Amino acid sequence: MTAYTKGSGATWVGRSIRRLEDPALVTGRGRFTGDLAAAHWVRFVRSPVASGRIGSIKAPPGAWIVTAGDLAGVKPIRPMLHKFAYRPVAQPILAEGVVRFVGEPLAAVIAASREEAEDVADQVIADISATAAVIDCRAALETTAPPIHAQAPGNVVVEGIVKTPGFDDAWNGAYQVVALETRSRRQNATPLEPRAGHAAFDATTGRVTLTCATQMPHLTRTAIADILGMPENQLRVIAPDVGGGFGQKMSLAPEYVLLVWLARRHKSSFAWTEDRRENLIAAFHARDQYISLQGAFDAHAKIIALKADIVTNVGAYSCYPTTCGVEPLMAMAELPGPYDVRHYECRARGVLTNTCTMAPYRGVSRPVITFALERLMDKAAKRFDLDPVEIRRRNLIDAFPYRTATGLEYDQASYRQTLEMAATLVDLPAFRARQKQARAQNRHLGVGFAAFCERTGYGSPAFAARGMDITPGWETAVVSVDPSGFVEARVGTSPHGQGLRTTLAQIIADEIGVSPDKVSIVHGDTDRAPYGWGTFASRSLVIGGGATLAAARKVRAKLVRIASHMLEAAPEDILLGDGEARVAGTDRSLPIAVLAREAYTQTHRFKGEIDPGLAEQGTYDPPGTFSNACHAAVVEVDIETGRVKLERFIVAEDAGRLINPMIADGQVHGGVAQGIGNALFEEIVYDETGNILTSTLADYLPPTAREIPPIELQHLETASPNSLTQAKGLGEGGAIGAPAAVINALNDALAPFGVEINEMPATPQRIRALLRNAGVPS
Amino acid sequence: MKPAPFIRHVPSTIAEAVAMLAEVAPQDGRILAGGQSLVPIMAFRLAKPAHLVDINEIAGLEKVTCDGRTLFIRACARHAAFHRPVVDNPLGALLATVAKHIAHYPIRLRGTFCGSLAHADPASEWCLVAATLDATIMAKSIRGERLIAANEFFAGIMSTALREDELLVETRLPLLARDARFGFNEFSRRAGDFAMSAALVVYRLHDGKITEARVGVGGAEANPRRLAEAEAVLEGQTPAAPLFRAAAEAAAAAIDPLEDHQIDAEYRRDLVRAVVRRALESSVRVTHPC
Ligand SMILES: Cc1cc2nc3c(=O)[nH]c(=O)nc-3n(C[C@H](O)[C@H](O)[C@H](O)COP(=O)(O)OP(=O)(O)OC[C@H]3O[C@@H](n4cnc5c(N)ncnc54)[C@H](O)[C@@H]3O)c2cc1C
Repeated sequence: MTAYTKGSGATWVGRSIRRLEDPALVTGRGRFTGDLAAAHWVRFVRSPVASGRIGSIKAPPGAWIVTAGDLAGVKPIRPMLHKFAYRPVAQPILAEGVVRFVGEPLAAVIAASREEAEDVADQVIADISATAAVIDCRAALETTAPPIHAQAPGNVVVEGIVKTPGFDDAWNGAYQVVALETRSRRQNATPLEPRAGHAAFDATTGRVTLTCATQMPHLTRTAIADILGMPENQLRVIAPDVGGGFGQKMSLAPEYVLLVWLARRHKSSFAWTEDRRENLIAAFHARDQYISLQGAFDAHAKIIALKADIVTNVGAYSCYPTTCGVEPLMAMAELPGPYDVRHYECRARGVLTNTCTMAPYRGVSRPVITFALERLMDKAAKRFDLDPVEIRRRNLIDAFPYRTATGLEYDQASYRQTLEMAATLVDLPAFRARQKQARAQNRHLGVGFAAFCERTGYGSPAFAARGMDITPGWETAVVSVDPSGFVEARVGTSPHGQGLRTTLAQIIADEIGVSPDKVSIVHGDTDRAPYGWGTFASRSLVIGGGATLAAARKVRAKLVRIASHMLEAAPEDILLGDGEARVAGTDRSLPIAVLAREAYTQTHRFKGEIDPGLAEQGTYDPPGTFSNACHAAVVEVDIETGRVKLERFIVAEDAGRLINPMIADGQVHGGVAQGIGNALFEEIVYDETGNILTSTLADYLPPTAREIPPIELQHLETASPNSLTQAKGLGEGGAIGAPAAVINALNDALAPFGVEINEMPATPQRIRALLRNAGVPS
Repeated sequence: MKPAPFIRHVPSTIAEAVAMLAEVAPQDGRILAGGQSLVPIMAFRLAKPAHLVDINEIAGLEKVTCDGRTLFIRACARHAAFHRPVVDNPLGALLATVAKHIAHYPIRLRGTFCGSLAHADPASEWCLVAATLDATIMAKSIRGERLIAANEFFAGIMSTALREDELLVETRLPLLARDARFGFNEFSRRAGDFAMSAALVVYRLHDGKITEARVGVGGAEANPRRLAEAEAVLEGQTPAAPLFRAAAEAAAAAIDPLEDHQIDAEYRRDLVRAVVRRALESSVRVTHPC
């Protein structure tokens, strides 16, 4: 069977057809931003100090340099939240007067090639008088800490507080309180393709086309038009092939604003491709958080209340459009996770520091809150002398819909079932026996579980609840059939590796009755695709897929009417499939291509009963749906060196209906790999002066294929009423559960030594330090 | 991450190469061998040599030869040349064991043994081999040729006794005794990363007792070196777990640990203890085909 044949009776949805986007990508025919030629190349001169006042910036004679002083009339990036004591802070496109982190763009130099631009940038001398820098967010909270922005003394720029009614009584009635301090170190999403932009002026139309590696082309257009004060129709934004983003490419890069400004002003083309060092120091960081978590349990190990204090380091500025509220507020809203917790108290703060700005990264805060909560469950299990499966069994939510303590509504799901599936795969009794044997030989195995649920595919009300000035949420798709019978869907989502070209085609194929290879998907071009929000928050297949399905259904309805007209049969008797319309119970049929041609070229025959053409629009703005999973890791810890080796990694997950199981597996695999990186390897390190020590991939360590074990993956498919396609989001889940599972497994292995690690990444040196302090020899 | 401008010179003989080097050395002119260390540093602009003398086109320079007593590794012999034993002697097996720990496959196809020595990264496996086996390094310039002993060659982190106008023409390694045993172990965060500590041990057994013990440690100090303290523990003793532990302890105590933001002194000692002991343990477990 080839990738494109359907087989008998099956739908296209649910089948692992090969990705339609891959032949071009794997044969070097992808089109990326960096492939475009430009008249001018831009190199950014970046601040070498974390905090300071800019004296002068001197370029060598004859060099073309742009600094803040040249950008009169250009507004700063200043996203807004209307709730949670948010204090807006503004980021100038190029540093103005002061610098606030190492890597902040100070100036842009322009030359005929990338190499020459770098030569010039090398000779630029910036005279900056360094001032005291604050790197750690707890230090930034101290009263003596200097303010990063004058308008935000105290450095707290967003603060959420919740306390459910009756909390204190519930808390005071606890049988046991289990407490935990966790630390998540800073990470970088490290997409394979770093950021890149290319802005070109078109002399004919006077417009500028910005091609860039973005996850949200339309919002990039809106934002840049606002900042530069230009009409949106003067700007076209194209996201061509994009080599991964993981959230890092959903926030507005000041560099792109400058490129458009240059192209407009100088009526030419300007390109910038970020190098890895720039990406590691300046392309947004994530997950630098402290969480103090306490859980109150009753005598049956049932959790009754949770108390959390969350401090997130949001860096020097607030990212656009989500704002720096994205990490603390998500952590606060979703921390209780898949457990039945009726009472909840939480304070979550976003704190400015002299570090690179935080932005969403796959899972945003959820890898961190899941890690904290799942550590708490394991600690509680120990306290109650229960195994990790049993304590979760007693606490997982099992009746849906369920309204959480923070007011979220969980739709139909399988929290308990996925736990049991993972437990069965692990075979806990057999593992414990093996663990015991191994310990006798001084080998240290551990198992760890992580159950979580994940809010995905949420529409505009969810963003409005955060008080965002810009509330993304809905999506639009326009599905059309051309006169030759080929189908085109123009969508507002903007995939960058997720396989939407294939999955959306599968959805459409089932509705319209053609094979997916006859469906093309147009995305990532503000001139061709309808306004949309792009790809982030595990939303594209749920929302963009829903919009696409809605549009395809309308096209289907129209095709049925045309077929009914042409075949002289009742609409109810028309069946669409295998490229044709048939009259049920007869051998009468017409190819869909013939119907389509009729819709354009023979419209007089419809006698005004059917509108000409064959293009329909669908829009979808769902309430949100929660997918869920249980991850389990089996590790071996080398207690002499601190190395953690993953032996097994198990995922039992439920993301509703799987449109393409192979693509779903790929999403989970990639997420788990990043989660393992978070748990054990990846860490952006600043020294106390704010200098970054991990600015190359020799120091910042994403795991390689050799560090990732085979992933054992099982799916459940609980249909959700909150998703038109019945699919839930799964793009982020792999990254959410893996860190907690790995760290729990590590702690299980370390249990005989009486040490505990609640810090990510759990590097060998940290593990070894704990063991050494506990007197374990190397 | 684009290098500063430079001029590349491509000599076809060693004589031409050293003549060019003599000319360009005063302007930070350097030898380009496999480029697997030099090119990244140039891309980061940590080095901005105005001239490169590319030795890759010099005929015969990629050879590894043996005269029955000594292995001669010429300047352009790649890491990958050692994937399989280059000589019917335990040294061949030793080099093959070690080679697999250097970087990743594509890098091993370009990077050179002698380039590693010239670069002198503290964690370089080949530097550890050179130090442990007392290699001799042959350097050449327009002023003539000289031989440098390994223990006089390494002069600190990424620095050597080579003068700026000298080409490292070949490295000479003495063959091992037919009955020599060896063990190698290293610790790194990920497969292919530079070692955070590595150990190479070589010895013979005479009447079941260890003789001619060599214990080399790399990645722990500014340069790899033999640790006489650990060798002394082994000499004349019967291989056994407690002995290996004692030798590892002596090694950990003997080093002057390198520290950085990742690794403090105590952790470095922990790693040295672990790699030395494991290298010794592997020396008894594995029987090496010659
Ligand atoms: C990702 C990555 C991982 C790596 N991991 C490891 C590892 O685990 N272990 C390890 O040992 N190495 C590792 N390396 C480095 C690699 O082994 C290099 O090949 C080696 O360090 C240098 O050899 P080269 O031939 O590439 O030298 P080049 O890069 O060409 O030169 C390095 C330096 O030595 C000088 N030089 C080279 N040859 C001579 C000569 N004949 N005479 C005088 N001067 C000379 C050059 O001028 C330059 O200063 C890694 C490299 C990379 C990129």
